[in-house]
Amino acid sequence: MTRIVVLLKDIVDLNEMKIDPSTRKPSLEGVKRRISDLDKRALEAAIRLKEAHGGEIATLSVGNPKTRTVMLEALAMGADASYIVNDGSLTGLDALVTSKVLKAALEKIGDYDLILGGEMSLDSLSAQIGPRLAELLDLPILTYVKSMDLVEGRLRAVRDLEDVDEVVEVELPAIVSVVREVNEPRIPSLMNIMKAKRKPTEEWEASSLGLAAEEINAASSVEVLDVTAPLVERKRIVIEAETVEDAAAKLAEAIIAEGVLES
Amino acid sequence: MSSKKGVLVYSENRALLLQLLGKGEELAAKLEGRLSTLVVGSKNPDETELHEHGADVVYLAEKPSDPSTEAEWHRSALVEAIKVDSPHVVIIGATKRGKELAPRLAAVLDTGCMTECIDLDVDEEGRLTSMRLTYGGSTIASEISRKAPHIATVAPLTFQEKEPKPKTGEIVHLGFERPRPRVRVVERREKRKEEVALEEASVIVSAGRGFKAQDDLSLLEELATALDAKMGCTRPIAADMGWMDEWIGISGHKVKPKLYVACGVSGTIQHAAGIRDSQIIVSINESEAANINELSDYSIVGDLYKVLPALTRALRERRK
Repeated sequence: MTRIVVLLKDIVDLNEMKIDPSTRKPSLEGVKRRISDLDKRALEAAIRLKEAHGGEIATLSVGNPKTRTVMLEALAMGADASYIVNDGSLTGLDALVTSKVLKAALEKIGDYDLILGGEMSLDSLSAQIGPRLAELLDLPILTYVKSMDLVEGRLRAVRDLEDVDEVVEVELPAIVSVVREVNEPRIPSLMNIMKAKRKPTEEWEASSLGLAAEEINAASSVEVLDVTAPLVERKRIVIEAETVEDAAAKLAEAIIAEGVLES
Repeated sequence: MSSKKGVLVYSENRALLLQLLGKGEELAAKLEGRLSTLVVGSKNPDETELHEHGADVVYLAEKPSDPSTEAEWHRSALVEAIKVDSPHVVIIGATKRGKELAPRLAAVLDTGCMTECIDLDVDEEGRLTSMRLTYGGSTIASEISRKAPHIATVAPLTFQEKEPKPKTGEIVHLGFERPRPRVRVVERREKRKEEVALEEASVIVSAGRGFKAQDDLSLLEELATALDAKMGCTRPIAADMGWMDEWIGISGHKVKPKLYVACGVSGTIQHAAGIRDSQIIVSINESEAANINELSDYSIVGDLYKVLPALTRALRERRK
């Protein structure tokens, strides 16, 4: 039986995030939280593997008090259990520290054949967790995977690189990170949403993973000093004319004069 | 031979490597250290070009024996180069292969890594600082790395290649233990031209909620033909209406065409994040107050059902 752990990050809903026009800072207070889109596609990929070959799916998140509710969607989609590291004393969770916490949590979960995640989370855009875990757990990694299947106990996948599609095979256990093209995640039925609440969710503090929060915090390496939405610098020329034809002609000439069209 | 202040840059992509050397030289000068680089499977054993682009030391590693060992080979070579060189800062090209390699290296060295930086500097204490996009590309974060060696990745064309100048340097041949392959590469398929994603398109026309019915997208198609453009759309058109498969913006495609024509697009921050790097943005929108006008170089405030056909005709006449 294939045991899959899917790494899911709970982030602010980027489609609802606003920028405060006076400070140019994102206003995140009260914005709905959801599973980062690429991670959700990793979960969908896991569910499809389970549907085809059987198995068990656990989700794992380093989150906050709200993560339990956010992860109900994953359970409704088809995950069997949800594990959440929720410890307010963990501060400065950069990729280095987060990967160490995930490593400890994965060791607590124990037996797994496949670790799946999105190529990056859409809030931090760091794309580091999979490759870091590959080193920490000494496992093979397949990044940028756009399709995969289990063939005779091995994972066969296609990686989407800049110039080539690379067909690869790997023995399990292995780590896989997926790109957006991998699938369209399902929308869970009302019935499955109801059932999700009865599926097991376990929350852990750092100490229950054998980690000392102070030590973990001290290891943090990258600090975010400021986050600002840049002002756009555009020409902002509004083309006006008597008739639509004249306006269109002026615009066509402006476009051609910019030299942005291939002749 | 080691320097505690040096900068080491690496990319398997030669053009990107030359760009990184330019930035690396600048940082090495500030740190009063030297600039090193690594080449795996060099075709020109003297590597004069790299010295002339600023490298004091060029480490050479042999070519990997087969495709299946490549990823591990590059990792082993880089780990060895860093062991020998002890750089203070490491900059790696943010190709997909590089973006896998950099965090692996950071894990081996138990240090931080800043992904796809759009600017890099060092502060008075020699710590690496960066600017990078976050929140789906709608914001810029200013970050500092507190642990050496400081690692960052940088995408192609972020920094400009500098003019070469006469310079000589040291060549060091690296020996390292042959890594075992962990993944079997079965096949590599060259991508066809048609598969080139929206990301690579040089002209894009896109549809927003200003379109009232799916059939009306024919107006956009005609404009696309006149401009030799690829078509895209905003999130509601794809995710809610299902008129197209994929959208441009946060959680969708991030595009960087020479020309982006937004038709009936209001210009939410989510969409703006996906088109930020366009060279010229043109918009056609009914509302004078629409945010897209702020994001545009040229805009026509008007009914797209009248403006698009007129624009298509005007472009056809002028591009014959």
